[in-house]
Amino acid sequence: MEATLEKHHEERHAGLEGAKMGMWLFLFTELLLFGGLFAAYAVFHSVYAKDFEIAHHHLNRTIGFINTIVLITSSFTMAMGVWSAQTNRKNLLNLFLLLTILLGVAFLVVKLTVEWPVKFHEGLYPGGKEFNHFIQEGHKGQALFFSLYFMLTGLHGLHVLVGVLVLTGILIMALRGKFSSEYYGPVEVSGLYWHLVDLIWIYLFPLFYLIK
Amino acid sequence: MEVREAVERHNSYLDAKGLKSWLFTLDHKRIGLMYMFTSLIFLLVGGLFAIIFRTELLFPGKQFLSPEAHNILFTLHGAILIFLVIIPIIPSGLGNFFLPIMIGARDVAFPRINLLSYWIFVLGALMLLASLLFGPIDTGWTFYTPYSANKGLNVFIVSLAIFTLGMSSILTGMNFIVTIHKLRAPGLTWGKLPLFVWALYATSLVQLLATPVLGITLLLLGMENILGIGFFNPAKGGDPVLFQHLFWFYSHPAVYIMILPAFGVISELVSVHSRKPIFGYWFIAASSLAIAFIGFLVWGHHMFVAGMSPVADIIFSFLTYFVAVPTAVKIFNWTATLYKGKISFTTPMLYALGFISLFLIGGLTGLFLANLGTDIHLHDTYFVVGHFHYVMVGAAVFAFFGALFHWTPKMFGKMYNEKWAKVGWLLNFIGFNLTFFPQFILGIRGMPRRYWDYPVEFQPLHFTSTIGSYFIAAGILISLGVFLFAIWKGKKAPDNPWGGKSLEWTIPSPPPTENFEKIPVVKEGPYDFVKH
Repeated sequence: MEATLEKHHEERHAGLEGAKMGMWLFLFTELLLFGGLFAAYAVFHSVYAKDFEIAHHHLNRTIGFINTIVLITSSFTMAMGVWSAQTNRKNLLNLFLLLTILLGVAFLVVKLTVEWPVKFHEGLYPGGKEFNHFIQEGHKGQALFFSLYFMLTGLHGLHVLVGVLVLTGILIMALRGKFSSEYYGPVEVSGLYWHLVDLIWIYLFPLFYLIK
Repeated sequence: MEVREAVERHNSYLDAKGLKSWLFTLDHKRIGLMYMFTSLIFLLVGGLFAIIFRTELLFPGKQFLSPEAHNILFTLHGAILIFLVIIPIIPSGLGNFFLPIMIGARDVAFPRINLLSYWIFVLGALMLLASLLFGPIDTGWTFYTPYSANKGLNVFIVSLAIFTLGMSSILTGMNFIVTIHKLRAPGLTWGKLPLFVWALYATSLVQLLATPVLGITLLLLGMENILGIGFFNPAKGGDPVLFQHLFWFYSHPAVYIMILPAFGVISELVSVHSRKPIFGYWFIAASSLAIAFIGFLVWGHHMFVAGMSPVADIIFSFLTYFVAVPTAVKIFNWTATLYKGKISFTTPMLYALGFISLFLIGGLTGLFLANLGTDIHLHDTYFVVGHFHYVMVGAAVFAFFGALFHWTPKMFGKMYNEKWAKVGWLLNFIGFNLTFFPQFILGIRGMPRRYWDYPVEFQPLHFTSTIGSYFIAAGILISLGVFLFAIWKGKKAPDNPWGGKSLEWTIPSPPPTENFEKIPVVKEGPYDFVKH
């Protein structure tokens, strides 16, 4: 009886392979979600190339670069976390998950306490003084640049936040000893998501900070 | 197929009682039914709105509805019936119920995500209704900018509602794809999958790849309304045609989300109720995938008069003609299946035959609109309304009712009243043609869609159309009545009333909670009827 129940349990679930496939499919949908905004960027950049170049000088390249390094490092710690789980190194897993979370939080802190407040202060947000000025002066492309900037980095920031929350949940499970080399699916699957979030930023950084 | 041991009183998924056992169930069969009944309620609501504005259109001039109320009603009619009824009712409703059973699995790959998807769907539906509290929505279900870009909170909430509904759609699509890949029973190769499962697979792909784009489009529209960004507003440097591109990049494939599951249903009905192996199995299966693929490349045909480049116009026109090829393949295969079949004129078969004839008209009139020349004359007229109602109602809703009666004996273990179900079908069939055929003529003669008033010479056609809509209302009420009566007091149904060969007919009716006592080993195909 015990054996049949266990068998049922197996049959009911698609297992790690299934979970990974599901996450990959979900990541495709994320790419398309951002894809709509990237398409809008492409359209408006082609119409207002000059305005985009002028507007991008308002962004702080150094801070953008620091945040890029932060996120890439977090992808590394995440990958190390998955490896630690696979090789049954439980303390290392806890450490790497914690580091990943901290780096994610650091990214958000820089975004929300340094970058965005400066833009708000300068009135460079949709509806802001300088923003409306652009529209009245006929520099509509500059207004669109900042609309795109806030939509894309905002949506991305939201994804970082979700990632941090998910990884915190994973860390709590890890601290309770749920994972081992036998069972580490949730770590690997949330890692996939975290890498995508990182990857999207790698496209956002040059599109906004490095236009020439 | 193995002979099932005689079981005196098998357990059934309907055994557990109480509201909680439904609301928090992880059983795909119960979740499927919850989807279906939720959609059926909205079918009545959306249909009622149509009856109200069709009644207003009985005669020219004002009867009882203000023009503003008319605009709100047709917007809600479209948004509710598309997003809350036709998109989910076959895949998320019946598909949820039958997909795992048809592939010999005990449940979908992710039962929890399945339940989550249902509740996200309910949340989205409630948000759609709640938006009315913040002011009427009269943008039409297409939300064209810039008109919709400055409406405020109500459009913002509708955008979020449809974003939310999209999330539910994505989760279901993802769940179905993984289920079909990973949970097929031993021996059930891709070549032995029932065509309904193939159709659900193609539908899920479209749901996954198209819905996120609608999500981001409506998110941006919502932000235009509350933050004042201007991607779609020319006054702020934006481009309304960009909205149309992004919107139709989803909403044209969405047409295939609505019709592909219906195609799958018809393949089942035509084969089972004529007791003949399906003609051209691989062609039907592959045509679903071909439609899903080409369907992604035709969105521009909604915008022939919106000012695209002539080159783009010609490419989109060509591709739109091209998508008719895999569609025609299906129609030919169904008729070839019927040829010399042992056809029994059951209600499901009548709906299948109704589907084929109505879809043929719906499909062929689509070619008029794919043609760059005629489209300029017919764009935004009643011709378009007639065309897509032939496809969306004549085809998708007919397929749903066919599937409903086909599977009612399985889902509830009860037979429906064949005579009254046929009465419902007849009313639907007559009513449907009476309502929408005159709209083709109205369109050709220049009646624009969505107008509240019309010249007096259009009155006979409008009058006929409205009378037809009353027939449909009667037909739908009778059909649903027959269905509910069957659940309540129907005669006990045998396990396999139609002599079907796919896996759902090998288990008891209603199905046990775990679907299969033992996971079956599949040796035969789903349409291996004895040749005669």
